[in-house]
Amino acid sequence: MLRALLLWSLAAWAGAAQAAGMGADDARHLLERTGFDAPPAEVAQFAQLTRTQGVDRILAGTHRTARTPLSPEVLEWTDPRTLRGMSPEERKAFQQDLRRRALALKGWWLDEMVATDSPLTERMTLFWHNHFTSSLQKVRSPALMARQNALLRRYALGNFGALLHAVAKDPAMLVYLDGARNRKGHPNENFAREVMELFTLGEGHYGEGDVREAARAYTGWSIDPANGTYRWRPFMHDRGVKTVLGQSGDFDGDQVLDILLAQPATAEFVTAKLWREFVSPRPDERELERVASDFRASDYDIRVALRELLLSDAFWATANRDALVKSPVDLVVGTVRRYGIRYDDARPLVFALHQLGQDLFSPPDVRGWPGGDEWITTQTLLARKQFLARVFRGEQARMMSPMATAANVLAPEYQLK
Amino acid sequence: MKRRDFLAASVAALAVPRLALAQGAYRRLLVLVEMKGGNDGLNTVVPYADPAYYDLRPRIGIARDAVLQLDARTGLHPSLEPLMPLWRAGELALVQGVGYPQPNLSHFRSIEIWDTASASDQYLSRGWLARAFDADPAPAGYAADGVAVGGHDMGPLAGGRRAIALNDPGQFQRQARLVRPEGRSANPALEHILHVEAEIAQAASRLSADVPFTTEFPKSPFGNAVRTAAELAANRGGVAAVRLTLDGFDTHENQPARQQRLLGELAAGLAALKSALVEIGRWNDTLVISYAEFGRRPQENASQGTDHGTANAHFVAGGRVRGGLYGAPPDFGALEGGNLRFAVDFRSLYATALGRWWGVDASRALGARFPTLDLLRA
Repeated sequence: MLRALLLWSLAAWAGAAQAAGMGADDARHLLERTGFDAPPAEVAQFAQLTRTQGVDRILAGTHRTARTPLSPEVLEWTDPRTLRGMSPEERKAFQQDLRRRALALKGWWLDEMVATDSPLTERMTLFWHNHFTSSLQKVRSPALMARQNALLRRYALGNFGALLHAVAKDPAMLVYLDGARNRKGHPNENFAREVMELFTLGEGHYGEGDVREAARAYTGWSIDPANGTYRWRPFMHDRGVKTVLGQSGDFDGDQVLDILLAQPATAEFVTAKLWREFVSPRPDERELERVASDFRASDYDIRVALRELLLSDAFWATANRDALVKSPVDLVVGTVRRYGIRYDDARPLVFALHQLGQDLFSPPDVRGWPGGDEWITTQTLLARKQFLARVFRGEQARMMSPMATAANVLAPEYQLK
Repeated sequence: MKRRDFLAASVAALAVPRLALAQGAYRRLLVLVEMKGGNDGLNTVVPYADPAYYDLRPRIGIARDAVLQLDARTGLHPSLEPLMPLWRAGELALVQGVGYPQPNLSHFRSIEIWDTASASDQYLSRGWLARAFDADPAPAGYAADGVAVGGHDMGPLAGGRRAIALNDPGQFQRQARLVRPEGRSANPALEHILHVEAEIAQAASRLSADVPFTTEFPKSPFGNAVRTAAELAANRGGVAAVRLTLDGFDTHENQPARQQRLLGELAAGLAALKSALVEIGRWNDTLVISYAEFGRRPQENASQGTDHGTANAHFVAGGRVRGGLYGAPPDFGALEGGNLRFAVDFRSLYATALGRWWGVDASRALGARFPTLDLLRA
């Protein structure tokens, strides 16, 4: 009897705990990892949900488009042929205008990250920006970068295969990795190499011969200078037989991408990167294999991989709490969201991101921001603390913190999530 | 704070006790200059008398009458004019054909090989300088073993105990009051941050800032980095190595204009570095070595650019350098998959810096013996 009562009360307690939800610590962990920190009210809300409910609510709330309006001038396209006729003064004015529009674009994304009701949408858009990298430094056109950003958001939680095919022919990508310059008889290997090394298979899963052959398959992809959109130029395409990863045929670029998607290494590579982004710095091999295999079996449904990662034991393990270093975007946007900091000009925040080593739309190279512990050097850690100290002293230009006193943002733990 | 274990560890207690130092080791400064992206060595040190060079590069080859001729077959890119006084003073060595066996053409894998001084199929996590300072520690009183100026990574200093990154020593010192290093943690990410805080505190307490130079530094990011290097060289706290980065050498397209600008920045920066170091009497104990992940394909591509290649030409400069040409000029008749074969293993350059410049046992840091280059004066 006593035993039965004990069991009953244990069950009732467990049920009550279930009804009471995951609690504040779990809620903060989930919101920090899938978004940009969170104000206490939101943490309290999620604390009432179970872990599964919390994850599903976040996944159900994602968007395919941004809500913050983008100034139409950012999207203005200039035919590069008109640049040739410009006088030096006109060219200088044009460059200044480009810089102004680039800054507007960066500020717009930052505003969206701060204002969005689906931080995961922005986190995933940023994740793909850091995976399928392109940079304003080379692309030069804020319009093309804005369009690429819209593409990444549209597919951010969609299908990885569809995203790969779309981003491969995205004009900003065609400029960034020289795809538009890759012509029959005159291959440019830049895209062919990076798509295997950094976008799909990972280093060590292909040979130099594969790079050279695949480059021929991608010929013919180009950009229409009149409007900056993708254009197929059949006469520039190499119709000969290519051999890529042991398969031969008169492949075009899309067919080679399908060959890459068929490799198990692609699912493993992308899943490992998602793991390091959301779970912990070092993936657990067996768990990774399970998620990667389900990801592949789902025909690359990004939600499937993400949901499994967020519901994995590893995600919730005590050892993996506070195990990731906040990116500069996490730190800046997260601080603004958590403390409800108001600003009327995003530019100081954009500049702070630049100083902290994550200049939006300008990753350092095609590998993107390396992240993890590498976010923190003596230089960037001081810049982080300087930024936080200024925000909480109200010194950051035209920025107001409602907090009367600075929270403990200078503690080392504040750098972690 | 609750997640941290306080051991009341002071900065001093974190430092590993240092062994007595071989007399004079690390008194001399090593400045590494990364030409990030993979500079095209063939248009830098130009084999202008070789017709095969112009066959491979009909559109982007440096014309014979444009090169700065060094001898009957080798010349420099015209943008490197600011380095000609060093060449004429016999303080600039050019090492051709620097590479390694089984070259990897990925930017990231290849720079990792260079940064860690590994073999092509060997994966090491820590930089070669970090390992050198483990094997033979720099003086305990130094502000830092090595400083990475600019750049996005620690490169050859990665994983080093006393390796710091900074862009401006004065600003670094002013901001350092924001850290209060204390405690240790079992959480690796937190431990990393605590470690970096300790590095900041140690370096800041020993750096002296704002050295007045009469030298005019170029007004460019690289010029600023060179100024910082000179300030560090002047610093009484002591620093053994400085790494500078000049980015943008991945010239798949429109190479001529881009490389012209970059090499111009490089040359102006290095000339200013010499001038500043002469000013403070340190040019004779400074060794400058350039490096990059790889050179570029001899055959130009269709975009007026070059794709990833292998062996490359590099600069070694300093008051004690014996100027001249080293290594082997490119042999276009013996290409391998369209790329150059290497003549000098890059680890020979490192062994020269470690063994001959610093006088430490190079094989302990590099894990093997590599022949050194005879490019230093006694």
